[in-house]
Amino acid sequence: MNVPDISIYYFGAIALVLIGLYAALVKKNLLKILIGLSIMETGVNLLLISIGYVSGKSAPILSEGVGPTQAVDPIPQALVLTAIVIGVATTAMALSAVVLIYEKYRTLNVEEIRRLRG
Amino acid sequence: MVSLLKRSLAIISILVIGYWLAQGLAGVPFGEDKMLVGHYYLQHVKEQTGAVNAVTAVVVNYRGLDTLGEVTVLFIASTGVAALLWRKKRERTAKVGGSPVLTVGTKFLVPFVMLFGAYIFIHGHLTPGGGFPGGATIATAFLLLYMAFTIYEIPHKAFEKVEGLAGMGYVLVGLIGLAIGGYFLFDWIWQDWQWGVDNIGRLFSGGFIPIIYTIIGIKVGTELSGIVDNMLKEEVRE
Repeated sequence: MNVPDISIYYFGAIALVLIGLYAALVKKNLLKILIGLSIMETGVNLLLISIGYVSGKSAPILSEGVGPTQAVDPIPQALVLTAIVIGVATTAMALSAVVLIYEKYRTLNVEEIRRLRG
Repeated sequence: MVSLLKRSLAIISILVIGYWLAQGLAGVPFGEDKMLVGHYYLQHVKEQTGAVNAVTAVVVNYRGLDTLGEVTVLFIASTGVAALLWRKKRERTAKVGGSPVLTVGTKFLVPFVMLFGAYIFIHGHLTPGGGFPGGATIATAFLLLYMAFTIYEIPHKAFEKVEGLAGMGYVLVGLIGLAIGGYFLFDWIWQDWQWGVDNIGRLFSGGFIPIIYTIIGIKVGTELSGIVDNMLKEEVRE
């Protein structure tokens, strides 16, 4: 099993995704699971941005000294811009579902909720 | 013991997934030029859209229909929050107001935060940012007001109307493009009227990008403040 040789940014993105996945798998508090999902989302965004990076080039804003050949790829950044906003909206929606669950069961522990329902 | 077993199982599966991800990404070189269509956008962004910020041009101009869909998703999410948390009578139940530091700071900062948000979305075609971050900044100002004062509420009726008008405005801009140029979200201000051709890099350029980003900024700001309002209120029983 050889260790794959990847850049530190990819490593960080994968680490963030895995930390979020761990929280979503192991934690029992619904809020902590949601925090894990948010961390995973951050990791995916970091991965997209770092794939679009071209070393030595600057942000894709064509001002003085930055021509079309000296800028990084604008498309991943546009995608991440949309992904962040959608992430905020979906997190808000998930949180309001959690509020409803707490009002009904008076607990946020997923195992207790499962037992109460069953 | 069960939780220990579960935890170790989770760690093992996470390590396996991480190894697979790393193995897959080892074939994607970091920092190399992997652009395909990105080169085209960068070469033609100034003449085709009049914007200096290529990211904004891609979001609003080249892929404007996508952004319309995204605004729709945001609208559905905020409507969903309102529907999930809907009760007959809901009021703010917070008993303790903010500390003097928070209240005085809020009174002082709110106009500036709003001004900065407006600056971000008006200058979307020139500087980093745009309608979405600008709208989020404006919503932050309302969040500050909610946290500092226990009785503060946004004017709901006006906010709903503004939000609906902003959404209609986006579609209307697209339909004007359809009428003038022949396809939805055609940038008629830049391509037909050629406004601001000698102005690239200044405020009055970029075709309809500032207009659409102003609309998006207002819409996102009102929607996120509506979400904040919905989350901070609780049901009141008589």
